[in-house]
Amino acid sequence: MDFFKRHFFVALSAVLGLIIIAYVGARGNLQLVFGVVVPYMAALIFVEGLVYRVIQWARSPVPFRIPTTAAQGRSLPWIKRDLGEKLDNPADTPHLIGRMALEVFAFRSLFRNLRTELVKDPDNPEGARLIHWSYKWLWLGAIAFHYAFLVVILRHLRFFTEPTMGFVLMLDKVDGFFQFFTPAVYLSGVVLVAAVGYLLFRRITNPTVRYISLAADYFPLLLILGIGITGILMRYFFKTDIVAVKELAIGLATLHPKLPANLSSLFYIHLFLVCVLFAYFPFSKLMHAPGVFMSPTRNMVCNNRWVMHVNPWNYPVKFHSYAEYEDKFREPMIEAGIPVEKEQ
Amino acid sequence: MADYKNEFGLFAERPKVEKKLFDRNKVIAGLVIFIVMITIPLWQNLGKIVAAPVPSLDTPVIKKLAEKDKKCVMPKEWMRANHMQMLVDWRDNVVRTKEPNVTISRGREFVAPDGKQYLASLTNTCMECHSNKVEFCDKCHNYAAIAPNCWGCHLETGKKMAEAK
Repeated sequence: MDFFKRHFFVALSAVLGLIIIAYVGARGNLQLVFGVVVPYMAALIFVEGLVYRVIQWARSPVPFRIPTTAAQGRSLPWIKRDLGEKLDNPADTPHLIGRMALEVFAFRSLFRNLRTELVKDPDNPEGARLIHWSYKWLWLGAIAFHYAFLVVILRHLRFFTEPTMGFVLMLDKVDGFFQFFTPAVYLSGVVLVAAVGYLLFRRITNPTVRYISLAADYFPLLLILGIGITGILMRYFFKTDIVAVKELAIGLATLHPKLPANLSSLFYIHLFLVCVLFAYFPFSKLMHAPGVFMSPTRNMVCNNRWVMHVNPWNYPVKFHSYAEYEDKFREPMIEAGIPVEKEQ
Repeated sequence: MADYKNEFGLFAERPKVEKKLFDRNKVIAGLVIFIVMITIPLWQNLGKIVAAPVPSLDTPVIKKLAEKDKKCVMPKEWMRANHMQMLVDWRDNVVRTKEPNVTISRGREFVAPDGKQYLASLTNTCMECHSNKVEFCDKCHNYAAIAPNCWGCHLETGKKMAEAK
């Protein structure tokens, strides 16, 4: 087995194994475990793990500003900076907030993604030419995936609140705007699965990306793909009793868990995969979600040129100043004819 | 390794990095916002016990039915999961499908598994018995936050009667 197969098939068999575990559990009268115990444990692990890791990160000092060289920093007054440069290399807090907002809401740094390729070029003596070109597909796939997932999660709030919050109802209407199929197809579900599919496809087919992909990269993608597909199957094809689903969910949310009898195995598979995703979150690369707020190259004003930043763990170095040096070597220096600042 | 020797041969202490939470206020504020946001359902439902909806079968027509006739066109469990599909199929048959052999009823017959024939109609068949939309349909639809578009065209029987008068 080569590197790719090992990492890809470990992740794939992990997801399939989880599906089998949930199926066996749902069939084997372990509904209480998979419907109540596992969701509560997953929620606890998610919150506790996430808070723990954020606190651990915050305990590391970041003494210096790290201006990335994407834009002209603030300099002499006659060096012009347009808004883009001010946002990419912010000199004050409002622009810093702008940069963070662009990063969080629009994935600014992915938008800068470049692709480097050898293209055929008959005019070139070597027959090929190296080009760097702006490659937006990754950005598009990522942003489609993230926003679709957000909408899907917010839509699921209808199971956890009673009465359902108004904005969830509105989201529901907008998402099912094109009323085709029964029940109306949610665009976010389709976009979610398509975008995750693209991201997985890219990871597998692009040799350079495949080379740096590990099981920990494939696993979340496959897991989310599994969640999306089970959800879509459950909504459109193998229908489950939605009122029973809400009974279970609202029972969990009101801390009075109740286990309705007629929930399908498919529902338990879906729920278990979601629980695994939440429990896995704090241990994985998915921590980029809180991490983006704590990334030192993004969240600090680039004021190196006019504010002094002191390293908190600087050694208390005993300086050997020039005056001391001259005191020590004055006579040999005068003998050798080296100019000194003080004759005596 | 208590001491560090620098290029002057002088001794300096090992670096001491403070063990503290840097940017404490911002980090804690961020975490609090995160926790409050993801626990909104808990706060919203705090202390509530939400009972499952029980659609009411208490209508004059159902009351009048003999005990053996008190059944839906399909079994109850099947209807729970699939009634929306059935209604849409009925609609498509009636409104869109041209069936050359059917002249009068235009595909409006529905034959139940027990052989009984019904008129495929929401207003005339379903709501004949279930005339209490608010107590029957809306109970579960509101509970599961579903807004079916039936009611864009179909009126409740009660309302229709009132308007007719």
